[in-house]
Amino acid sequence: MIIQCAEAIVELNGDLVYKRRIEKRYRVKELDTRIRKERTKSEAKLISEARRKGVPTPIIFDVQDHELVMERIEGDLAREVIDVAISERIGELVGILHRNSIIHGDLTTSNIIVGHDKIIYFIDFGLAFIESNVETKGVDVHVFFQSLRGTHESHDHLKESFVKGYKRSFPTAAAQVLKRVAEIERRGRYARQSKTESAKVTAQ
Amino acid sequence: MKELLYIIEIMTIVLGLEGTAWNLSAAVVSEEDVLYDAESTYMPLQGGIHPREAAQHHASEMKDVVSRALRAVKEEGILLKHIDAIAYSQGPGLGPCLRTVATAARALSTSLKIPLIGVNHCIAHIEIGRWRCGAIDPVVLYVSGANSQVLAYRAGRYRVLGETLDIGIGNAIDKFARYLGLSHPGGPKIEQLASKSTNYVPLPYIIKGMDLSFSGLSTAAKDATDSHPAEKADICYSFQETAFAMLTEVSERAMAHCSRDELLLAGGVGANKRLQQMLQLMCRDRGARFYVPEARYLKDNGSMIAYVGLIMYKHGDITPLEQSGVNPHFRPDDVKVTWRKNESFKT
Repeated sequence: MIIQCAEAIVELNGDLVYKRRIEKRYRVKELDTRIRKERTKSEAKLISEARRKGVPTPIIFDVQDHELVMERIEGDLAREVIDVAISERIGELVGILHRNSIIHGDLTTSNIIVGHDKIIYFIDFGLAFIESNVETKGVDVHVFFQSLRGTHESHDHLKESFVKGYKRSFPTAAAQVLKRVAEIERRGRYARQSKTESAKVTAQ
Repeated sequence: MKELLYIIEIMTIVLGLEGTAWNLSAAVVSEEDVLYDAESTYMPLQGGIHPREAAQHHASEMKDVVSRALRAVKEEGILLKHIDAIAYSQGPGLGPCLRTVATAARALSTSLKIPLIGVNHCIAHIEIGRWRCGAIDPVVLYVSGANSQVLAYRAGRYRVLGETLDIGIGNAIDKFARYLGLSHPGGPKIEQLASKSTNYVPLPYIIKGMDLSFSGLSTAAKDATDSHPAEKADICYSFQETAFAMLTEVSERAMAHCSRDELLLAGGVGANKRLQQMLQLMCRDRGARFYVPEARYLKDNGSMIAYVGLIMYKHGDITPLEQSGVNPHFRPDDVKVTWRKNESFKT
């Protein structure tokens, strides 16, 4: 089976997954090659690093310039099956990543698999990087919340349970990160005023 | 003639006012078409848009712009009494400009005794694009001076799937253009310079999930200009290639995430041919359809405000005077969409 993702072609073949970052014709060649190479290399590195720290991810078998060969996970995308319990566990796992300064970079419910073994796996570390500051962790969580808001009906409950799990596994800084998430949402582009300015001028 | 008059009597007709930033525009739209769009553009003598000066421009031009639109439609038999509602852009935008336009809209609504309809400027860009291009349920890339967002409709609202974490793409371009000493608006001048080069200078490419960041790119482009002052065209080219590839990638991510096979481009920066070309290529490669409206509907225009006012009016969605205040930070996802029904949504 072949799946076309946003930036890669993923081929499921027996027990293996081949993830090939395809050429993007819209990007100038030099930039395209740079991005595909960088992301493939760093994905392999961070996917393994995450697993060493206790976050389930597929095992990597081979790394080429633009291609990864990894273990196939049988399960459903979190996007399809997420509930409060799953969201809480996701929060816990994101807490573990952040405790270890691993920023996923693309935390959406399409990048998390709920395995048939009930284990939650994180996939697609193509935009992941190592960084210890509060801001990047805040943006990471913000991206996840935005994906919930964008695609799930009961996003408030899912958000709450995520926070519960996140605080549990990252007690030292969760509060600080969540405070920053609220700040990010209030910032310039995210500004949300509770109501419109009251009508100051009444027509003559 | 008798028949035509009858049609005018029963057809819904709305006058829309737009003036969130530097373009003031008044348009008359019927259920079938845009009847007339008059505009007057504020041009800063130097630098970028000064909000107060832009508002003063709008105030002094308002009467002329509205009269021009009304005079033009009068020739087709449409009189003041045929206008059913006044629509205006309620935000987002520059506070002083928004207030000037809202004041004019309130005055017209009260004196003509017809309903007032506050329209979200971003939603207006989306809906005029859907109307003019026939897109059904697209992912929308909305790019203008202050805004850079990727949106899709779901369950009664346009949801923001991704957006800039700092400045809008248009402002990033304008900032860099001013640094090069180009006058406002800088976009077309950068586009022109860029077309003279194919020499790519590496610049930061920053994407976080479906969010983007442009301020680092702007700074890096300025630094590159300082170290290679002779190579302006190369840096303009590289700036566009980097920024537009980021926008294209984020649009593609959103389409994959929401399983949509339509992309609609909206907003003033959408006029850039290179950006259109990249999005077109991306859509072609994934078997999706790409839609971009005519240039007059990409830039800020009164027609889009009148059109959304019209569909809101037809759905009984009018704005009481006491709720007609402007909101410079009005977000598209604050708007409860009353006019789109029974549309399927696949996650």
